[in-house]
Amino acid sequence: MITLDDTLMQWLLGAVVALPLLGAVAALLPAPPGLRGRDPEQAVLRHGVTVTGLVLAAALLLTAGFDTGQSARMQAETNLEWIPALSVDLHLGVDGISLPLVVLTALLTFLCALYTYFRMPDGPSARGFVALMLVLESGTLATFTVLDLMLFFLAFEMVLIPMYFLIARWGGADRARAAWSFILYTLLGSVVMLLGLLLIGVHAGTFDMTALAGLHGQNMSRSVQILAVLALGVGFAVKTPMWPLHSWLPDAHTAAPTAGSVLLAGVLLKMGTYGLVRIVLPIAPEGAEFFAPYLAAFAVTGIIYGSLACLRLARAGTGGDLKRLIAYSSVGHMGFVLLGIATLTPTGVNGALFANIAHGLITGLLFFLAGTVKDRTGTTTLDAMAGTGGARLYGRAPRLGGVLAFAAVASLGLPGPAGFWGEMLALLGAYRPAEGLSRPVFLTAMAVAAFGTLLTAAYLLIVVRRVCMGDAPPLPLAPGGASPLPSTAPETTATAGASVPGGESPGDAAAGDAGGSGAVTVVPRTEELTDLRPHEYAAFVPLVLLTLLAGLWPAVLLHLTDPAVQSLLPGVGR
Amino acid sequence: MNLIQTVDWAVIAPPAITAATALALLLADAALPKTWPGARRAGPLGALALLGIVLAGLSLYPLRSGDRATFCLTEGAGHCSYLADSFALIVQTLVLAGALLTVLISLPELGGRPGRPPLPPGEFWFLLLSSVTGAVLLPAARDLATLLLALEATTLPAYALVGLRRAGRAPEAALKFFLSSVTATAIGLLGISFVYAGAGSLFLAEIATALPEADPALATLAEAGVVLTLVAFAFKVSAVPFHFWVPETYLGAPLPVAGYLSVVSKTAGLAGLILVTAGAFPGFGDLWGPAVAVLAGLTMTAGNTAALRTRPDAPHSAVRLLAWSSIAQAGYLLVPLAAAAYAEDSAAALNAVGATVAYALMYAVVNLGAFAVVVRAAAGHRVADHRGLARRRPLTALAMGFFLLCLAGLPPGVVGLFAKVAVLRAAVDSGLGVLAVVAAVNVVIGLVYYLRWTAVLFREPAAPGPEPEPVSAEEGPLHTATATVTAAATAVRTRTGAPAALAVALAAVAALVLSGWPQIILHFASGGLF
Repeated sequence: MITLDDTLMQWLLGAVVALPLLGAVAALLPAPPGLRGRDPEQAVLRHGVTVTGLVLAAALLLTAGFDTGQSARMQAETNLEWIPALSVDLHLGVDGISLPLVVLTALLTFLCALYTYFRMPDGPSARGFVALMLVLESGTLATFTVLDLMLFFLAFEMVLIPMYFLIARWGGADRARAAWSFILYTLLGSVVMLLGLLLIGVHAGTFDMTALAGLHGQNMSRSVQILAVLALGVGFAVKTPMWPLHSWLPDAHTAAPTAGSVLLAGVLLKMGTYGLVRIVLPIAPEGAEFFAPYLAAFAVTGIIYGSLACLRLARAGTGGDLKRLIAYSSVGHMGFVLLGIATLTPTGVNGALFANIAHGLITGLLFFLAGTVKDRTGTTTLDAMAGTGGARLYGRAPRLGGVLAFAAVASLGLPGPAGFWGEMLALLGAYRPAEGLSRPVFLTAMAVAAFGTLLTAAYLLIVVRRVCMGDAPPLPLAPGGASPLPSTAPETTATAGASVPGGESPGDAAAGDAGGSGAVTVVPRTEELTDLRPHEYAAFVPLVLLTLLAGLWPAVLLHLTDPAVQSLLPGVGR
Repeated sequence: MNLIQTVDWAVIAPPAITAATALALLLADAALPKTWPGARRAGPLGALALLGIVLAGLSLYPLRSGDRATFCLTEGAGHCSYLADSFALIVQTLVLAGALLTVLISLPELGGRPGRPPLPPGEFWFLLLSSVTGAVLLPAARDLATLLLALEATTLPAYALVGLRRAGRAPEAALKFFLSSVTATAIGLLGISFVYAGAGSLFLAEIATALPEADPALATLAEAGVVLTLVAFAFKVSAVPFHFWVPETYLGAPLPVAGYLSVVSKTAGLAGLILVTAGAFPGFGDLWGPAVAVLAGLTMTAGNTAALRTRPDAPHSAVRLLAWSSIAQAGYLLVPLAAAAYAEDSAAALNAVGATVAYALMYAVVNLGAFAVVVRAAAGHRVADHRGLARRRPLTALAMGFFLLCLAGLPPGVVGLFAKVAVLRAAVDSGLGVLAVVAAVNVVIGLVYYLRWTAVLFREPAAPGPEPEPVSAEEGPLHTATATVTAAATAVRTRTGAPAALAVALAAVAALVLSGWPQIILHFASGGLF
């Protein structure tokens, strides 16, 4: 769009990675005179907004200077020697695959900082929160921009400690256990990944990702490639997360504070799939081909598993939690991403990268909304939010309800918002997988995944109905007049719920099964909930707009990713 | 023919200066007025000890080219007993730096803590410096006799240091340490005699060539000699199954001595192990390679699982945890050494040995830093006592968090991470896949207790409540002492703060610098050694 000279681009990229780190150090120091603000808490939260804002500005400027005509080429490349002994270089660069993720990370972190400025989660002082969030940002941005395997590992590990403390210090119920399972799972995955990286480096003789990608695994034997992909795959699969290695995710999401959940879902999960695309596909193509059918099988199992888990959580009386439900829906959505990668075709991989971004935007928005709803109603338990005494957002906070419904619809993959294209392209890729892959396997996977989209639609509509609509206030009728319908088939209730008042009394499905006892004991709340506040608008509107933009004009993203994907995959076929 | 060897005093200056300082300390202690109490003596004597260590450190500077030797044979191949090559210089630097930090954290301990019998400062400094002399001599020794002498010079004063307090569990700890150590030395001596029988020489370089070509009738003897010699050094490194003395000894010893044993004494043992395996027995790699690999795997697993089981609120849990963690770290230290046996060529083997040295340097800095924080932070030496340290002393807590994460090998402890990477790379490079996986899993286990401790530092201070009851009966007297200590903590803090704080700051700065430029230590892992 605009032409910036190379040195400036290099500095911009360096600033994107280093600024948050410097900001984190500065957050721990006492504020200088003139920047003290109202009180120390406010000053440090404002510092967080400033730094993440600067990073976002730098990322946007970088995007503006990015030559979209050559998005397959690494741009803004810096290569400095750091630890020659381990042949670790400070090698940074962005191409069409990493640039969208960089912008997404910078945007989501900025929105989180903004949101936190007005709504600090309960816990210890804001100083640590801001510092940890900035280290987290630096680690994720570094993951998406480094071009050295060892540096990639360093960046990959850098997010662990901040996220652990964000969950363990500022999280909700059961946070200690959730934080432990998060860090142990991911660390176990990433040390195994390190062995895979070392195996590649030792056998190929370099840790430089561009050089390795250019070799396309030529100087690694098939068995080494398979072993390396297995080790790398475990690390990335835990992070993504792929079924059956996902069990840390629901706990971590449920316990994390809003900003933590948004970053975890929006950014951290992408590190796994990014690693698969950036490292596994080009560097060890034979290994990738060997494992592709298994990856596809695990991916579609994850899609079905995530949807079924969500369906169960969405139903009345199961004590399902909204944040936990969004977390399980992430397992399903990341299943589509993995399926796209497993096809080893440009179509599928482009779809995976698109779904990555779409999931970051939409799920980030959903977690923001869950946090907002929790602020209003004090709970994220669906049973408490549904029914007569529940949230009934359409009536009590129509704008909040509207955005929630939009996010849910976007998440289920309706054409229009961004969710559609990623799933669509992934399925399309599976219809015609790369040469050498078993087509029947992928056709089956495609059929199963397509069925998964139906399940996804079902649970998301149930959630919208229960949270946004609830029951009408009871009319002064004779007892038994308003016979509640027991919710049986999700499909029917989802549609029927729009016209017929659903039948849940708060937190208790037994009353619904009792069949028209009319024992509505809780007086329904008719007072207004506070609708969206300005800072919530500020956090949600960019995400809504980008979701629509990517959905209506997918070429913006695909134009960036496609050339880069083509250059990653030539050895495998297209 | 000239049979008289010339002695190059500049080359042996480092051990000579420390030895002279040790003697000077003993004399100075006698010269000081008898009426001075121990606490008053500790200061000037400590300053003298510091001076000696700094001078010894400076005397390494003229040797930096790494090609000086002395005590050489005047005939034949001209083998030398004392070689100041770059390996020796690096390990000597490490030993002296470790000794410097030990002196700094010893000063508060010698100042006397309420409720504990004071340590006699003259004897303490003399013994410490004597042990340092042995540890400085050891990495430069190039024949088995000098090597074993240096090893004993390192260890013998350490028994006395452990038992110096003569109260509580110190005598028992010293006795246990002494008995197991002497047994190991005896076995080692037996091994050396076997090796001598096979090779006909005690010089490492000559053994390396002569032993594989020994009389076939003596082959079994030679192999037994190799294995038995390793035992003496494996003991010093506290490798499994020679580790049982460690937790008890660390708990009974004065805290700075425990730190000293965990770093300086262990490094000396490791240097000996490197010299013996890679220096004297390179031809027997297929014999000691698997042995060291198995030792490494067992050591890290045993150390980590025991550290994992340490309850944070048990008495002295901080020291106990550091003891077990030091065993686990010894396991990582042995990994590249095992890899050296499987290396394709001698350059790769040297790189693997370099990875061990790099790891040892990282470990020395952060482990002594952690000991310094324990000395400085909590009276009861329990992990639970560190709760809320971030509120009371934010910088100390940040430093401790950093040390622990370096030990765990996670960012922001960048140097710890890359040291672990170097270790694992050596293993992957030599095809020791299983050992690499075991080490990787151990990294995860280690993280649990290091991070648990880190989390305690930043937790809000506990609400004032009833003191937890002493857990075990034998801890009873110590615990009443702990209560007194807690009461007097404020008074102690003012008096003992400065040197320990300096030690923490030095270690923290070193660890930070190394995290920014890991190349400083890691270049040993790529041809920067020998």
